[in-house]
Amino acid sequence: MTRFCYAHSLSLMPKSLFEKVWDAHAVRTLANGQTQLLIGTHLIHEVTSPQAFGMLRDLKLKVAMPHRTFATVDHIIPTDQLVEPYKDPLAQAMMDELRRSCAEFGITFFDRATGKQGIVHIVGPEQGITQPGTTIACGDSHTSTHGAFGAIAFGIGTTQIRDVLATQTIALGKLKVRRINVTGKLRPGVYAKDVILHIIRVLGVNGGTGFAYEYGGEVFDRMTMEERMTVCNMSIEGGARAGYVNPDETTFAYLKGRPYSPTGAAWDAAVARWKSFASDPGCRFDDVVNIAAADIAPTVTWGINPGQGIAITESIPDPAKTTAVDEKASIEEALAYMKLKPGAPIKGTKIDVAFIGSCTNGRLSDFQEVARFVKGRKVAKGVKAIAVPGSQIVALQCEKLGLDKILAEAGFEWRAAGCSMCLAMNPDKLIGDQLCASSSNRNFKGRQGSPTGRTLLMSPLMVAAAAVTGSVADAREVFAVN
Amino acid sequence: MALAKITSITGRAVCVPGNDIDTDRIIPARFMKCVTFDGLGEFLFHDVRKHADGSDKPHPLNEARFKGATILLSGANFGCGSSREHAPQAIQKYGFKAVVAENFAEIFFGNCTTLGIPCFEASREDIAKIAAAVEKDPKVEVVADVANQEIRFGGESVKAVVRASSRDALINGRWDAIGELLDGVGAMKSTAAKLPYLAA
Ligand code: SF4
Repeated sequence: MTRFCYAHSLSLMPKSLFEKVWDAHAVRTLANGQTQLLIGTHLIHEVTSPQAFGMLRDLKLKVAMPHRTFATVDHIIPTDQLVEPYKDPLAQAMMDELRRSCAEFGITFFDRATGKQGIVHIVGPEQGITQPGTTIACGDSHTSTHGAFGAIAFGIGTTQIRDVLATQTIALGKLKVRRINVTGKLRPGVYAKDVILHIIRVLGVNGGTGFAYEYGGEVFDRMTMEERMTVCNMSIEGGARAGYVNPDETTFAYLKGRPYSPTGAAWDAAVARWKSFASDPGCRFDDVVNIAAADIAPTVTWGINPGQGIAITESIPDPAKTTAVDEKASIEEALAYMKLKPGAPIKGTKIDVAFIGSCTNGRLSDFQEVARFVKGRKVAKGVKAIAVPGSQIVALQCEKLGLDKILAEAGFEWRAAGCSMCLAMNPDKLIGDQLCASSSNRNFKGRQGSPTGRTLLMSPLMVAAAAVTGSVADAREVFAVN
Repeated sequence: MALAKITSITGRAVCVPGNDIDTDRIIPARFMKCVTFDGLGEFLFHDVRKHADGSDKPHPLNEARFKGATILLSGANFGCGSSREHAPQAIQKYGFKAVVAENFAEIFFGNCTTLGIPCFEASREDIAKIAAAVEKDPKVEVVADVANQEIRFGGESVKAVVRASSRDALINGRWDAIGELLDGVGAMKSTAAKLPYLAA
């Protein structure tokens, strides 16, 4: 077998993908012991970057690699108003600011007019910007999504955005790596979303502190890129700074022919290089966790952090049944906020809103799966249901397949691309203490725009099941999935 | 750019109890519709401090006796959730100079260091001791000592750790990395030259 002789393959010690990517991008060691790490791809959006551009101007600095910096607009963008100026002057101001900064510093901006706008973590992969063996940073915690391609991708704060803009590097301490194996076969009606909700439930919301998660095993080998993105997306909800899947043929097939993917001879060289980054057999991990796919059920959160989840067949935890002081207090706090009854089955809980979208589950396959099952069904009376594609391209793909019509006929509002009700910085918000079945990633207090609004996280099909029945339901029963 | 050497913070403290206090709670997303960080301080913990009509809810930060506190005490996994620097910015703009908790979410911790806010990790018992002293006498002087890894209050002292790389950065005035990173741009270019995907 011929092999490309890159620096990392010279070393005899088997290495994980994380170590290889880290070593290839380590510039030097800083005085405090951290590494100055080269960030090959910098993604920016309107909410966390304006202050960074302000700092850059104050320091009279330029963008180090404008050709490796890509911008889109997602968080504040209205999904029911396409024409500017937006009704919300603050949203318009952020839009204008991003446009101005991109023009001033020579940065590619996937503005709505380009037809490529969308949630930053959907746009990167869709354009082929997200590639294996690369480092990616974005001022957004769900940057871990890009790890699905075998990239090491970090969410960063605004001051670090300034650092990347100015130097194409950040100061970072090396992470440990935890390998998470999910073996066996997922049962019908169990989705990537359930896999990650289950992992977070098992390992805890801060179980990943100090770690990058490497997801492996048959379940991940079989997953599509969209499914891998769903899992990697929520690594951060488990406290991990990054999460990734080793690149394989599925990865390369996804990337082939994308606008920023290499072509011709460069493609072959890139694939060879990408393969060389995959974790070596026998490499050392700082920790290994094994999970059986058969243990994973459709999962729903009942609390105020993504680790507070149960199988759809289980009951809401009862604080009286635990002796652990911490657990008891956190269950009590969560149930008081969620207004849910301890010990009651989660199934049957009435919902007010159903939201399908976000960087976790706002891709073509999510809408395809939902449309396949809701076709001919109707959203229950009194439920507000909205479907928000993650990007303009996803929207177009769905519309070409007529999915928008199927969803609209069922009673979903079909919207334009953006983050929407995932964090409600645009007009899509919960009202009062509405309960929302949501395909997004966070169920924190007030997350969906109302200080008393309540969120139940679940897979898109579970959201659809809740939408058509008006209450939390087992999608396997509602849609006869088997 | 000479930065202040942050070796210790002396002031009054206030405890906002709870575990898993997330960044959405520290600064709700709707207050992030801004192009500068100025003014974020007033919205710190907004939704747990204010009713919809703007009146106060019971919350430690609404109590007159804790006004002017510069050291924030809390529980485990503080600052989990989003990478939004708006959270530490709101904490800093409100007037806090140090945070003491059982432990911190990763990105939040890094963001704080970059802003020169030391994040101390102490045991639950020790945090409870400080909180009890502050509850008894909100005026008690608290010294959060970065260099010596301890917190002193009312004649007592407890161990509180600031992780090594952060401590080094704070006490040596290197907490804002930009100077050092700019010095490394030449080296960055040599590293970049070996990576085909970075070719212009
Ligand atoms: S969809 Fe939600 S989680 Fe994803 S980038 Fe937008 S706001 Fe963040």
